[in-house]
Amino acid sequence: MNRTLRFVGVRLAGMIAVLLVVSFGTFAVFYLLPTDPALMSCGKPCTPENLAVAREFMGFDKPWIQQYFDFLGAIFTGRTFGTGATAIVCPAPCFGYSFQQNESVLALIGDRLPVTVSLAVGAAVIWLVAGIAAGVASALRRGRFTDRAAMTVTLAGVSAPAYLVGLLGILLFGFTLDVVPVSGYVPLAQSPVDWAWHLVLPWLVLAFINAAVYARLSRGQMLEVLGEDFIRTARAAGLPERTVIGKYALRNVLLPVVTVFAIDLGTLLGGAVITERVFALPGLGGLLVDAVHQVDLPLLMGVSLFAAFFVVLANFVVDVLYGVLDPRARVS
Amino acid sequence: MSDLLSPGGAPVPPAAPAASRGLWRALRRDRWAQASALVIVLVIIAALAAPLLALAEGQDPYTYHTELLDPANGTGAGTLGGISGRHWFGVEPLTGRDLFAIVVYGARTSFLIGLAATVVAIVAGVLLGASAGYTGGWWDTVVSRVTDVLLGFPQLIFMIAVGAVAPAAIPRPLLLIAVIGLFGWPRIARVVRAQTLSLRGRDFVRAARALGAGGVHVFRRELLPNLWAPIIVLTTVTIPANIGLEAALSFLGVGIPPPTPSWGRSISDAINWVQTDPMFLIFPGAALFLATLAFNMLGDGLRDALDPKTAVRR
Repeated sequence: MNRTLRFVGVRLAGMIAVLLVVSFGTFAVFYLLPTDPALMSCGKPCTPENLAVAREFMGFDKPWIQQYFDFLGAIFTGRTFGTGATAIVCPAPCFGYSFQQNESVLALIGDRLPVTVSLAVGAAVIWLVAGIAAGVASALRRGRFTDRAAMTVTLAGVSAPAYLVGLLGILLFGFTLDVVPVSGYVPLAQSPVDWAWHLVLPWLVLAFINAAVYARLSRGQMLEVLGEDFIRTARAAGLPERTVIGKYALRNVLLPVVTVFAIDLGTLLGGAVITERVFALPGLGGLLVDAVHQVDLPLLMGVSLFAAFFVVLANFVVDVLYGVLDPRARVS
Repeated sequence: MSDLLSPGGAPVPPAAPAASRGLWRALRRDRWAQASALVIVLVIIAALAAPLLALAEGQDPYTYHTELLDPANGTGAGTLGGISGRHWFGVEPLTGRDLFAIVVYGARTSFLIGLAATVVAIVAGVLLGASAGYTGGWWDTVVSRVTDVLLGFPQLIFMIAVGAVAPAAIPRPLLLIAVIGLFGWPRIARVVRAQTLSLRGRDFVRAARALGAGGVHVFRRELLPNLWAPIIVLTTVTIPANIGLEAALSFLGVGIPPPTPSWGRSISDAINWVQTDPMFLIFPGAALFLATLAFNMLGDGLRDALDPKTAVRR
């Protein structure tokens, strides 16, 4: 137990260090780029006095190092912009405040997150199941038609961008066959059936793109495992092939696949962002694209940082679970 | 997007010194890889000769031809978005610009950014990965940690944000090359580092060091010749990933600004015309898909040649 605690502690310290580096890097990039966020909300006419007031209000008049600590501190203690009646309170954890939308970044993210999560989780379930199944089937029929067909299709999946597949899907299933809705989102709480129905096409598109990577990965992994001694031993012992594959080989295929899944979370988020844009889903991607058009600096920075924190945190959880479940993983 | 390389292990096996010769021999038997190489060469020629091709057609990607549009819905008048002897791929909806010229000029944008970002990523990745694997110690720790962080980072979101706030004074292509390259090197560095680690203990490297060879000499004369094979494979799969990234960023509106043609932006514009003018989606989409598919297939063939263990025999 003691060693487990120490392992978790070391990982925790590592995660905090990474979070600090990531937050500082993000801050530095946005601070160094000479776009003045105060210009965006200094009112008309934008006199130098107004600008100075806006800068002071947002805290951009302070030296950069203090701005960074203000920013970092806000995540733990919250932050108040300005004083008196016009003060704006951004409660902890404060990832910044969008002065253009008059809302804290976290609240804006909270509004959109369910859409992105619905899309990502649903698609992930489909592509993990389909991808691993295709990969394992390919490996078991190596070199035969199934293998070649599956690997050709996955190569197409790896090469085709999500938005292209999405638009073709809309064209085919939405307009030509007219079987599924092609845009819009219905909250799960409102109607689970409509929710799923509106997400079917986005799920399949996102799943197709990502399943390819996992099919290739599990195929390679399966081929490797099938060459191992313990598989030969199991077969020699006369175990039925179903047990050998299903119980012994598959377990060793799943572990690395899950690891890659955790590492790839950041990429998956990116894929979801693009898919949202194609299907006009009001998720994080839409929030980000809007922020781009309005040059909403605090929002851009907040979303980037939030996404980075999410990925680092998820990796930490997977790392620890992995280490607890499989003591061999603690060494590296 | 995700590429073919599993971020976990080393996807490319340690190569024997004569690997590159064996590589070409194996490729000569792989029809799919040859076809892919041919497609790549053709697209590169199209990109280089874009002005000539547009001249042959008698069009350019910037002139508006609103007289060619169907006044009813704004798409190119005539069959399939206005395909004719004068406009081989038809015209763009709303503006009437020639779609063939847009697609061939778009190849220039894609390849310029895709190749340049790949060069940045490969050079940085090889130097950092090889030095980390060879010297070890604190440098190795630093490089490995940075690699881990960047690999797990939500890259696209960060790229979108940076693309949005970067001042207009920085030329867009340069910015894209820098940002895509910055996030591209960790994958390369990870593989190169693993290779270098295994090479470091080999006799010929030890012998060179024992004879007093310095780091630069060992890198150029002993390590690099043995790293070429994986570097070639990595390059072939990084190029399509970067072409896809440029297109994705242009698709999201933070890539190459108009009027410079870009496949990603054309596809993004096509969203609103999918129903009325699908050809506007098909042509730039097919170009992007063909180019990335060809590179990925070639990369696949190269990897199979290097690692017959998991190869799909065609």
